[in-house]
Amino acid sequence: MAGIELNNIAKSYGSVEVLRDINLTIEDGEFIVLVGPSGCGKSTLLRMIAGLEPITGGEFHVDGRRMNEVPPRDRDMAMVFQSYALYPHMDVSRNMGFSLEIRKAQKEERSRKVGDAARTLGLTSLTERLPRALSGGQRQRVAMGRAIVRDPSAFLFDEPLSNLDAALRVEMRLEIARLHQRLNATMIYVTHDQVEALTLADRIVVLNAGDIQQVGTPLDLYERPSNKFVAQFIGSPTMNILGVDQTDHGVKLKDGTILDVGSRGEQKRAHELGVRPEHLDVVPEEAAHMKGVAELVEHLGSDTNIHASVPGVGPVLVRQHGHFPLKTGDAVNIAVDLEKAHLFGPDGARLAA
Amino acid sequence: MNALRQSSPLAVTGKYLALAFYVAFALFPLYWLAKIAVTPDKLIFSEGTALIPSRFTFENFQTVLLQTDFLAYFRNSLIVSIGTAAITTVIAAAAGYAFSRFDFRGKRLIIALMLITQMFPLLMIIAPIYKIVATLGLLNSLTSLIIVYTAFNIPFATFLMQSFFDGIPKDLEDAGMIDGCTRFEALRKIVLPLTLPGLGATLGFIFTAAWSELLFALMLINSNDAMTFPVGLLTFVSKFSVDWGQMMAAGVLALVPSCLFFIFIQRYLVQGLTTGAVKG
Ligand SMILES: Nc1ncnc2c1ncn2[C@@H]1O[C@H](COP(=O)(O)OP(=O)(O)OP(=O)(O)O)[C@@H](O)[C@H]1O
Ligand SMILES: [Mg+2]
Repeated sequence: MAGIELNNIAKSYGSVEVLRDINLTIEDGEFIVLVGPSGCGKSTLLRMIAGLEPITGGEFHVDGRRMNEVPPRDRDMAMVFQSYALYPHMDVSRNMGFSLEIRKAQKEERSRKVGDAARTLGLTSLTERLPRALSGGQRQRVAMGRAIVRDPSAFLFDEPLSNLDAALRVEMRLEIARLHQRLNATMIYVTHDQVEALTLADRIVVLNAGDIQQVGTPLDLYERPSNKFVAQFIGSPTMNILGVDQTDHGVKLKDGTILDVGSRGEQKRAHELGVRPEHLDVVPEEAAHMKGVAELVEHLGSDTNIHASVPGVGPVLVRQHGHFPLKTGDAVNIAVDLEKAHLFGPDGARLAA
Repeated sequence: MNALRQSSPLAVTGKYLALAFYVAFALFPLYWLAKIAVTPDKLIFSEGTALIPSRFTFENFQTVLLQTDFLAYFRNSLIVSIGTAAITTVIAAAAGYAFSRFDFRGKRLIIALMLITQMFPLLMIIAPIYKIVATLGLLNSLTSLIIVYTAFNIPFATFLMQSFFDGIPKDLEDAGMIDGCTRFEALRKIVLPLTLPGLGATLGFIFTAAWSELLFALMLINSNDAMTFPVGLLTFVSKFSVDWGQMMAAGVLALVPSCLFFIFIQRYLVQGLTTGAVKG
């Protein structure tokens, strides 16, 4: 069991600064998800925690003990790689038991633990196969099994599901959630799939270009994003961002419509209005804030996505529940749920209510 | 996919014909070598270009094995080739691993230097090498050949090994270290077993190169005791005649170790030992 603490962690390759000033405290047993666009440093941070990448600045503590220079084998952390990294010359059970083999565990203990993990993951019939004779999903399970067998104080996952097809991804996601409930171990999980992030995480850490943008529960990030980046990164489809001007009575859309958004943002001047597609509504003409034309209507069954174009404002995406009878080219009258809209200042920071 | 597999019988025949032609072309000299080796001396010139001799004999082999110094040459060559291959491969594996996995100062410089050594024609450096070996008092010794061959083969062997190490995903070692290995253990238990094809190929390549090397062997070895096989073969050429039959018989025998060697390592040369390591 491990509480992990990152204080001012930084990483640079020569003069290239990849991560700076990362501060994060992870509670024992917490499920932390690191998200961010490609190249923002998620893998690097995870590898630094694992001990595979030297830490070039700051302090890294586990249970109060400084771990900066401790080699990976003494950190008691298991890692599941995006590439799975199975040992190709060892069969499934030896792959899973390799850590015990290295630690010179008794044979009986080894086969018991490997057997348990294989049963949990449904791999019992495959234990004598070599990795090359496994499907992608089975390889993924073996990689997980290798981590479980260790019974480590923390699990590190680097995009473990990104090579799987959609159905398998959902299944394995549930598997990981169950695993976390059962083992109650600290888990740090890197992904750029936000469904994974939102469903698995106790807390999500949003990274961008080497900086932490926000740390919070999934609901926090969805309802109270600290800036435009987080607002657009979390939530699918992406939040609409509309340019506005601050007036005395609210904010004014570029087509002149004034939206009364209450007392928010008095301290600073609102620059943009952010509103999620699900917080827009198609209404009768007299209740509308915006009037536009449907350019594309996607019927997803459970939802209907209406890509509308509003003269003077630009493209706006509206999401309606269920099947919504609308065709391309139809006029749409859109109302904004002002309670749930966000205002962003010129620097992208959210203006709090 | 199916269209590709079910090619017309004509295309298949053509393909096999082309292959057969190539194989015949490549193997013909070897066939001729073997043919002359088993042809009785009297018939070599009289039957000339007949594809199959009218009589066979193993006399030439007998003579070569029992009445010449062939066995000594053979033993010397074995010592030199195995020694060179083993030492070169060990050094090249270590250097190749370092080039593949670590970033260190002077790496580019060392690589550049190694490439430069490959650019000089051998003839240019043969005199200085002779001088050095003579000064060391190593003329006429197999040791000198091992040292010189090793030095000359290391750059190529290193690049060869480096490319094999490059082909092994770094994640595998990382996974090993997470699983509790030191870097060296990860190298020994994970990388090394996967590099066996590379080691085999390198060993085989260097072995063959050393086995057939003539120039340095000719320069550095004069005494009959220390002659390697290619130099020894020249003793079959006397002032007045060439003993073709015996020379070819010796040649056939000289092919044996190379063949054995490749039969031995070919199971390590199978492709795809790392399949299954990464994704699907
Ligand atoms: N050896 C290196 N030298 C210089 N820069 C590097 C090196 N390794 C990684 N980087 C840089 O560090 C940054 C972070 O890389 P990292 O692999 O952590 O990204 P990531 O967030 O995991 O991205 P992805 O989602 O694509 O996996 C990248 O911009 C990358 O270019
Ligand atoms: Mg990554």
